[in-house]
Amino acid sequence: MSPGLEHRQRGFVERTLASLLETMEHTLLAERVAERTGMLQVRDARVKVIALLVLVIAVSVSHDLRVIAVTFALALTLGWASKIRLVELMKHAWWGTLVFSAAIVAPAIVMTPGRTILRLQFGTITEQGLRAAGYLLARVGTVITLCSVLVLTTSWARILRALRALRVPVVFVVILGMTYRYIFVLLQTAHDIFESRRSRRVGPSSASQNRWAAVAAAGVLMSKTLELSGEIYLAMQSRGFRGEVYLLDDPPMRGPDWLTLAGVAGVAVGIVWISQ
Amino acid sequence: MSEAVDRQFELQDVHYHYHDVAALRGITLSISAGERIALLGANGSGKSTLLRILDALYFPTSGRVAFDGKELIEERFREDAFAFDFRRRVGLVFQNPDVQLFNPTVVDELAFGPLQLRWPKGQIRERIEECLDAFGIRHLRDRPPHRLSGGEKKRVAIASVLILDPAVLLLDEPTSALDPRAQSQMIDFLTESRGRTVITATHDLGIVEDIATRCVVLEDGQVAADGAPATIVQDHTLLRRTGLLHEHRHLHPDGSLHSHPHLHGHHQH
Repeated sequence: MSPGLEHRQRGFVERTLASLLETMEHTLLAERVAERTGMLQVRDARVKVIALLVLVIAVSVSHDLRVIAVTFALALTLGWASKIRLVELMKHAWWGTLVFSAAIVAPAIVMTPGRTILRLQFGTITEQGLRAAGYLLARVGTVITLCSVLVLTTSWARILRALRALRVPVVFVVILGMTYRYIFVLLQTAHDIFESRRSRRVGPSSASQNRWAAVAAAGVLMSKTLELSGEIYLAMQSRGFRGEVYLLDDPPMRGPDWLTLAGVAGVAVGIVWISQ
Repeated sequence: MSEAVDRQFELQDVHYHYHDVAALRGITLSISAGERIALLGANGSGKSTLLRILDALYFPTSGRVAFDGKELIEERFREDAFAFDFRRRVGLVFQNPDVQLFNPTVVDELAFGPLQLRWPKGQIRERIEECLDAFGIRHLRDRPPHRLSGGEKKRVAIASVLILDPAVLLLDEPTSALDPRAQSQMIDFLTESRGRTVITATHDLGIVEDIATRCVVLEDGQVAADGAPATIVQDHTLLRRTGLLHEHRHLHPDGSLHSHPHLHGHHQH
């Protein structure tokens, strides 16, 4: 069977699972990139999270396309210096987000009143419409690139811990960490359930069979999740958990980390100042 | 040392029920400090439940369990001092390492127990470094659990318990789902682990004589036998009755069908 035909014959849930597994593979790719020795990989995660936040705010308030373009170029340069390949950035960030943003912004090009540039059968493209669309796409593209550079150069564990630098409560950080941890276990379980079902199926399934399988899988997953959560609680108790969670503090930031933070703060101030 | 203190665990007529289902039915057992015990039994015989009773995760429906002369009751675990002391001295390694590895990285996993027991952070960092070397997992230190192999997960799970240097180590099926090399490493570890009480729940008879000096066989939540590993492993009537031994049939190269008793873990002709 050709892959295309097989794809068409797969049910909604199986296609969703395939997408989820693809997402999991993307995450694993991100973890592998984070292990490379590049410019940002060696920087403290707290610096990167704070720097990202500052730059995102600066880009969001900027009203100068040239400044946004320079920030975009800066994000690309940081990605290059951190050994992120352009194709990885495209797959991880741009493709889906920019297409989605373009779809949202397309009506604004013809619906925003202003100086006419081109008359079409279904409306008029205006200069103001084009500018609004350009700003949105440029901001989204820049912010997404900055976020992707952060995510690709930092493991999730470090990002979560860095959230504490923003005074995010420990319990919230721990819950996020455990959620991320067990998504993989449950995804694998869900995948196994559907693989086992597929291995015993002959011919395509009807819509009602697919619905029944989806409900059954959801039930099994729910039951396994409850069982797993009970076992995890016992494992935590066994090692002394008594309702409060504690984490090891990160080591203090080093000189180069402070310098990076100061440099990013300078860039952000520059972006806002030039844009005024 | 008095006999009372030497006897680390004392179980008297312990019963445990999961709702209406009896998992343990009148277990009476004494375990001395430093003993290496294999807890044998088929699936559903009550091995895991007994380990959880010994780790005070479950409390008996009836009967009495004591550790170092003190009865293990829920009320006692509401006091920080008793709970911290017990949790430091008794460690349980679960059968499924995914249950036990709930932290984002290996280092966080190792730090979890000492942090909960409020150890000074400097001491925790030192112990982490020692454990990373002792268990050969330094290269895994920042790795998330979903990127570890089965054998690596088991090693990290054991390290996360042994970082507390407990006097009692409880292991639930430590060799299950491991490839032969990881299994052999695990047996080496259990063989070398001297000086502490080690209680291993298993149905793998092939490893019993390597890891234990005493065998307790469970059947339907009761103690069916208690003795030296060599004696227990030779008692085929007992092993057949408790589901640990069965007739194994296989084809020989000449095409003839051969039948013989099969011990879990290895073949015995």
